[in-house]
Amino acid sequence: MTDAKVQIKNLYKIFGKNPQKVLPLVKNGMSKPDLLDQHGHVLGIENVSLDIPEKQIQVVMGLSGSGKSTLIRHINRLIEPTDGEILIDGENVLKMDEKQLRQVRRTKTAMVFQKFGLLPHRRVHENVAYGLSIQGVDDAKARERANYWIERVGLSGYEEHYPGQLSGGMQQRVGLARALATDPEILLMDEAFSALDPLIRFDMQSILLQLQDELNKTIIFITHDLDEALRLGDNIAILRDGAMIQQGDAQQIVMQPADDYIADFTKDINRAKVIELRALARPVESFAGPTLDGETVLEDALKPLAQAPDQTIGVTKRDGSLGGVVSLTEAIEALHG
Amino acid sequence: MEMFEEFPALGRRPLSEFKQTIDEAFKGFSRAYGEALENFFDPLLKFLVWFEKLLIATPWPIILIIVGGLAWLGSRSVKITVGSVLAFIAIGYLGMWEDTMATLAIISVATLLCIVLGIPIGIFMSRSDRAQAIITPVLDVMQTIPSFVYLIPVVMLLGIGKVPGLLAVCIYAIPPIVRLTNLGIRLVDKDILEAADAFGASPKQKMLGVQIPLALPNIFAGINQTIMMALSMVVIASMIGVKGLGVPVLRAISNQYLALGLMNGLAIVALAIIFDRVSQTYGKRLQAYRKGHGND
Ligand SMILES: Nc1ncnc2c1ncn2[C@@H]1O[C@H](COP(=O)(O)OP(=O)(O)OP(=O)(O)O)[C@@H](O)[C@H]1O
Ligand SMILES: [Mg+2]
Repeated sequence: MTDAKVQIKNLYKIFGKNPQKVLPLVKNGMSKPDLLDQHGHVLGIENVSLDIPEKQIQVVMGLSGSGKSTLIRHINRLIEPTDGEILIDGENVLKMDEKQLRQVRRTKTAMVFQKFGLLPHRRVHENVAYGLSIQGVDDAKARERANYWIERVGLSGYEEHYPGQLSGGMQQRVGLARALATDPEILLMDEAFSALDPLIRFDMQSILLQLQDELNKTIIFITHDLDEALRLGDNIAILRDGAMIQQGDAQQIVMQPADDYIADFTKDINRAKVIELRALARPVESFAGPTLDGETVLEDALKPLAQAPDQTIGVTKRDGSLGGVVSLTEAIEALHG
Repeated sequence: MEMFEEFPALGRRPLSEFKQTIDEAFKGFSRAYGEALENFFDPLLKFLVWFEKLLIATPWPIILIIVGGLAWLGSRSVKITVGSVLAFIAIGYLGMWEDTMATLAIISVATLLCIVLGIPIGIFMSRSDRAQAIITPVLDVMQTIPSFVYLIPVVMLLGIGKVPGLLAVCIYAIPPIVRLTNLGIRLVDKDILEAADAFGASPKQKMLGVQIPLALPNIFAGINQTIMMALSMVVIASMIGVKGLGVPVLRAISNQYLALGLMNGLAIVALAIIFDRVSQTYGKRLQAYRKGHGND
């Protein structure tokens, strides 16, 4: 486990006239519907704590209205919390004055939006260079870096177009290039691909994963789509009504859902493509038969399992050591949940 | 029930005393500050007089070239350019050249003044709901109060002449540009502003780089309306000593000269149409990016 890049500690956000007054009620366990009925305040975030590790993709998932957008906007303080702490590299974002905060937003974080948020009156290269021009980088240098990132997201030739002349997928490439152009350490992506149709969306996920292999940013990625969460997320946190109800990697979410809400989320996924052998490995002292890598998904493991002696196979860890064994019966049981 | 037949008014005597007190107070104010105010507006008067003389002294072919050039720059339309030049030729041919130049001078200066004052007021208004709540009713009054009513204090303070005329025109014509600047800035997409915030834009960078550029089409609609309203004040302004196309119209009214009134009235209409078409097409060209393909 690497160190936490971003730490969210006991965060509360209540929308309404006098959040501080109703905060104690929420801390004493008043529910979101009750708070709205009795006090006319909306509970946005309820006691969320999350350590986001460096250089990984942290997915935050939840249904519409569960508080995902509210949570991610606290990290660069586009929204002021009602209570709690946000630390970036150990520094409390909430204690910063406006100037320090702007500095963080200019250099440390960058954001990609569901509705793109491009400047319609500026050309593609000007949009990509937007963060740089805000920083005061001179035009020639900004242009050069913008062109580099335009090429990296596959938009060469469209530099002089206006956003309105591009398709949704192309516009979000501009959004991604704009965010990467300032070379931020932290990338905040709020349902960045949700407005795109499925094929384009898959392409964008692939671009993001490719870039991440090389750039190793700390990415916080919001989605309401489990397939997207499982594909992108090193870690996944699940929100419901503003509260965090489970966090862990994809295997934990699928194999040990914390409650029915999450089980419901996961029931339609293709388990054969998600569950990996390491999630099923049963520890043993030693094993002499054939082995497979722990990150093999069940779909690819079934055939070797069926052909193995005793229909049992050894599972190796990343470092090559033995992590345990899995039998065909166990694999089939896991497939059916 | 006698008391319901007649409204319980203040009574003739206290009422007339009340009015007199106000009048005296204002006259006192006017005596004390009238001259200072006149001095304050003196540069404006000098500028207006200089501009009017310049327009009248410039040889007419040069004015025609300038009119055509500006129309072309603004609209990029052959039709509008040729139409504008032909309208000016007709105006000159029918003997209204000098009055038209005088009217052009006051309209241009009034519009300029409205822009210089109105856009900052509109920006200020857009940044504070409080300011908006205070300024909006003032604008409503300025637009709806009969012009003759505010001519009275203006004339009491500054007498008859170009400056009071200019002020009267501006009071009437400034509301649209203030309103539409405010509206345009407030209508800018919240998502785009949030993006600017997320990249660390300062309030000034947001205003200059995002809000004003995106509000420009609306600001232009405001300028267009301001010009139209200024033109519609030409006749009233001429009652308090502004030269131009309004003067012959007034003469035509009091002497029942139908042809004179019509000709000068139509000249005002021609100016209005030219200003309107040129500024509208310019405003549209400003938002070429919205259409998708205008890549110029
Ligand atoms: N400015 C606001 N004022 C009042 N309530 C708000 C405000 N912003 C968000 N909320 C409420 O907070 C809750 C969480 O909203 P949020 O936008 O974070 O949800 P979300 O998970 O991003 O949903 P979606 O998937 O629809 O984007 C909702 O109940 C919403 O109504
Ligand atoms: Mg959202």
